[in-house]
Amino acid sequence: MKPALNSGSIPEIAPTFRFQWEKAQDCYVILYPEGMVKLSPSAGEILKRCDGASSINNIIEDLNKQFPGNDLEKDVYKFLEEAHENGWIREK
Amino acid sequence: MKTVGSEKSNKLPQPLWLLAELTYACPLQCPYCSNPVEMANVKKELSTDDWFRVMQQAREMGATQLGFSGGEPLIRKDLELLIAEARRLGFYTNLITSGVGMDENRIKAFKEAGLDHIQVSFQASSEELNNFIAGTDSFQHKLEMARLVKKYGYPMVLCFVLHRRNEEQIRDILELSIVLEADYVELATTQYYGWAYHNREQLLPTRAQLKHAEEVAKEYQEKMKGKMRIFYIIPDYFEDRPKRCMDGWGHVFLTITPDGTALPCHAARQLPGLEFPNVRDKSVEWIWNDSPDFNKFRGLDWMKEPCRSCPEKEKDLGGCRCQAYMITGDARNADPVCSKSPHHNKIVDLVERVGELAGTPAFEAKPIVFRNMKASRKLIKEKETLTV
Repeated sequence: MKPALNSGSIPEIAPTFRFQWEKAQDCYVILYPEGMVKLSPSAGEILKRCDGASSINNIIEDLNKQFPGNDLEKDVYKFLEEAHENGWIREK
Repeated sequence: MKTVGSEKSNKLPQPLWLLAELTYACPLQCPYCSNPVEMANVKKELSTDDWFRVMQQAREMGATQLGFSGGEPLIRKDLELLIAEARRLGFYTNLITSGVGMDENRIKAFKEAGLDHIQVSFQASSEELNNFIAGTDSFQHKLEMARLVKKYGYPMVLCFVLHRRNEEQIRDILELSIVLEADYVELATTQYYGWAYHNREQLLPTRAQLKHAEEVAKEYQEKMKGKMRIFYIIPDYFEDRPKRCMDGWGHVFLTITPDGTALPCHAARQLPGLEFPNVRDKSVEWIWNDSPDFNKFRGLDWMKEPCRSCPEKEKDLGGCRCQAYMITGDARNADPVCSKSPHHNKIVDLVERVGELAGTPAFEAKPIVFRNMKASRKLIKEKETLTV
């Protein structure tokens, strides 16, 4: 198990994965050797903000600003924990 | 692509995976190579500009993964240029190599060009067997290349093709992969196409070997969870349900061979009745969407019995067309791996025969035919003599 993420953690896309917009799929994707994972719109919005500069707190604030009226915190943590377990992101 | 599922829709599928076989030339002579045994007939390779055009057209069609393969892709002097262009187009670029022809400068240059991943093949975990199967003294060089691949921060896949001669090394193979810090290990049991089909009797493992390999692979999958992903590819000759070959004909994969022939899978060149569209004179879009070849076994309408009325036809799509052709003589037949195929006994008999004879001196003395241009020319000649 990897150490748990907290509000001050600064996630970034791990260098052995690639995150990009795929026009043909109309979604963000994670690419790795010989494979691809298509991301849901919300997962794409979260990973887009994992820029190695913003803390998880910053990311949640920013998402709340863009998608007001939703309590996103729990979902963001849940997804980031999963992304962390998969090795897609790492802490800077 | 391992995690891409197929979605049901009326739209034509997209060629998500472009396999660019840059050349059939190779310094190695692995007797299980999937290249066609008639490879010596292929003379004129595509130019750099041809490949640029193919990559751009495939990318526009939705291709995301690009594999540079061969033969040995390192033989192409323009590989750095091809990688840079592929990356510019937004491909995830995979270099599938033996490591022979690579050095630190090139690994660095590939990184600067934007290469995403390097897959290095090994033939065994011991130097002696590796060099025997590869037909070259390459083991020490491969070790060095694997270390450099990691040093330059690439995700690394190590690929081991398993067969009767190296199956017993499975534990050492996995230990070696751990030492080399592989991110992924592919334990690919030989699939019998191309040269491997020709060498079937010399390569087919015994049931006991397979059982052992599977157990050890499972043990390490558990032990290395979260650190190293181990893919154990099940050998279909030992199954009774066929594999969903290439995830469907003209469904995900597009192979372009060194001379520009477009194929729905890299073994399909042998199938009779194909027209072999070439990217020198047709667009990727036409080839994928409209060519007779790519539509020939798309969907389910081409099927004969027992596939046509089989409740599992959507799951396995009747298995592999090439295997059906090689073993039953008709590419529309059910893959003979399937126990419902009237030809299934041909596979069962072979597996049993090899199981009985493996290890006996007379049987093991039958020479392996190594993959090289000389052997290819000889096999072409023999075939011509037979058909005259």
